[in-house]
Amino acid sequence: MQESSSNAAAGTLLGTSRRRRRLWGRTVQGAVPYGLILPVLVVIGAILGYPLYWLVKLSTEKYGLFELIRHQGVGIGLHNYGSVLHDGVFWHTLLRTVVFTAVNVTLTMVLGMLLALLLVRVTTFVRVLLTSGLVLVWSMPVVVAVQVWYWMTNYENGVVNYLLSHLGIGDFYQHDWYATTFSQLSVVTLLIVWGALPFVVITLYAGLAQVPPDLVEAAEVDGARGWRIFLDITLPILRPILLILTSLSIIWDFGVFTQPYLLIGQAKITSGNYLMSIYLFEEGYFKSDFGRGAAISILMLLMVAVLSVAYVRRMVRMGDAL
Amino acid sequence: MSRRRKGARARQTGWNLVGLAVFLVMVFPVFWMISTAFKSNEQVVSLNPTWFPLHPTLSHFRDAMNKPFFWVDVRNSLIVVTVTVAISIVLAFLAAVALARYGFAGRKLFVVLVIGIQMLPQAGLIIPLYVVLARYHQTNALTGLIVTYMTFVLPFSVWTLRGFLLGIPKELEEAAMVDGSTRLGVFIKILLPLMGPGLVATSVYAFITTWNEYIFARVLLNDQSKQTVTVWLSYFLGSNRHTDWGALMAASTLTAIPVVVFFVLVQRRIAFGLTSGAVRG
Repeated sequence: MQESSSNAAAGTLLGTSRRRRRLWGRTVQGAVPYGLILPVLVVIGAILGYPLYWLVKLSTEKYGLFELIRHQGVGIGLHNYGSVLHDGVFWHTLLRTVVFTAVNVTLTMVLGMLLALLLVRVTTFVRVLLTSGLVLVWSMPVVVAVQVWYWMTNYENGVVNYLLSHLGIGDFYQHDWYATTFSQLSVVTLLIVWGALPFVVITLYAGLAQVPPDLVEAAEVDGARGWRIFLDITLPILRPILLILTSLSIIWDFGVFTQPYLLIGQAKITSGNYLMSIYLFEEGYFKSDFGRGAAISILMLLMVAVLSVAYVRRMVRMGDAL
Repeated sequence: MSRRRKGARARQTGWNLVGLAVFLVMVFPVFWMISTAFKSNEQVVSLNPTWFPLHPTLSHFRDAMNKPFFWVDVRNSLIVVTVTVAISIVLAFLAAVALARYGFAGRKLFVVLVIGIQMLPQAGLIIPLYVVLARYHQTNALTGLIVTYMTFVLPFSVWTLRGFLLGIPKELEEAAMVDGSTRLGVFIKILLPLMGPGLVATSVYAFITTWNEYIFARVLLNDQSKQTVTVWLSYFLGSNRHTDWGALMAASTLTAIPVVVFFVLVQRRIAFGLTSGAVRG
């Protein structure tokens, strides 16, 4: 390129070759980004695209252990979907998961907002202490957290029963937290909210720092008090962050698996306490009914896709930044 | 005036007390894990709990480490994590450069892909991944798990690294280009050193998510000698009637330590990847 440009006074022949070379150079330039994303695309296509094709195929087949070994399913059309959609357990599970998600997300967001507001009001020492504590909780691996909570809520000598009894809240001596579905899912909810709070609180706190103090002062001069200031100034400024956090929480909680599966425990999991992911795991993988499991997976993926639209849209708009 | 100031101070103390209470409640499970891990067996099962083990014992840690397959599974985890992160970061960095520095047709679609994949519920993918990997005899093999993890680590890393790249002014590269550097030269001499912290932070975060992953490891690996440490921990209780809580908490502590250390190091740099743009952290 540099050489050709130094050859300023050249004939027509050289001119065309230079133009061609420049054109070639531009094509190469244009190909660079594609070359850069190609490896990622290939890996994702091979490891995600191909299985997704299989997922659709499996959902129209009878595919159990026998077929897995034989590497060949038997086409049965939409029978799997019919079987799932006519299964009362599916609808009960869906309803339970929706309620569970709503409760988890509401608790996470409301408590998260309150704690973020609290962080603004405490002195620096308490703020640093509380933030460090939150980061510590945030860093706990989920499987580890489950084991710790399982130990704390153990009916024989778990510390939760001891504390509740000795704080005079009631008689929790040998209280079994895993006796009813409601109680099981309540403990799971506490575990999930506990684990989700650090991310929400710290993000919202960072967002609160964006609220201009003079705006608040001006409102105070105009006679606005705490609650009004929060509704009219803080909330509108936090709106985009709140929307993103809420959508993320909905998506995560709807598809949650590890916490309920391990805390309730394989032995105590029944069709009466399924959440969507567990339903899918038990009916598809555990019972080796992969065809039906694939149909459930597709239904679940579609539901999450609908839930994700708002979030993905927003993030893509941010992705436009160059 | 002084009464109002007294009232303000009382309110401040009140908030601080609430803050301390929240701190205690949130941190308690972590404290209880560590505390239990160091207690003697009598203290662990006693109906009157010991809050601080004044005579700490290391026996539970010894028991946990001597449990079958602990070291094998730790090694498996390390292999899976290292290979996944090493390959993913290199590939993701290239794609991130494309996203942060070039406009090209199909760019939007690629962003949708990168964001969308991160939203997929993992449970929804266990069936096809299991069946496809079984076809190629990659279940119960670490390679199958590694490629599975890559599909999730890649999009996340692309997005985070893109954020770090946006923080590096384009003018630096342009100036070097004007001075006669080639694109590759700019890449190696300018972009790479400046991206050092970003690459480290992203790798560490990828390390953590991979180390913590449970459901794919649970589904794809059957042999106890092939499992990762999270699955090992989830099977720790087994079906024993008398649970060894001390050893379980010691094992939990051991599993958490590398993650906690790394996380605390990079949390500040990485935490806002998922909401970046909405918050200027």
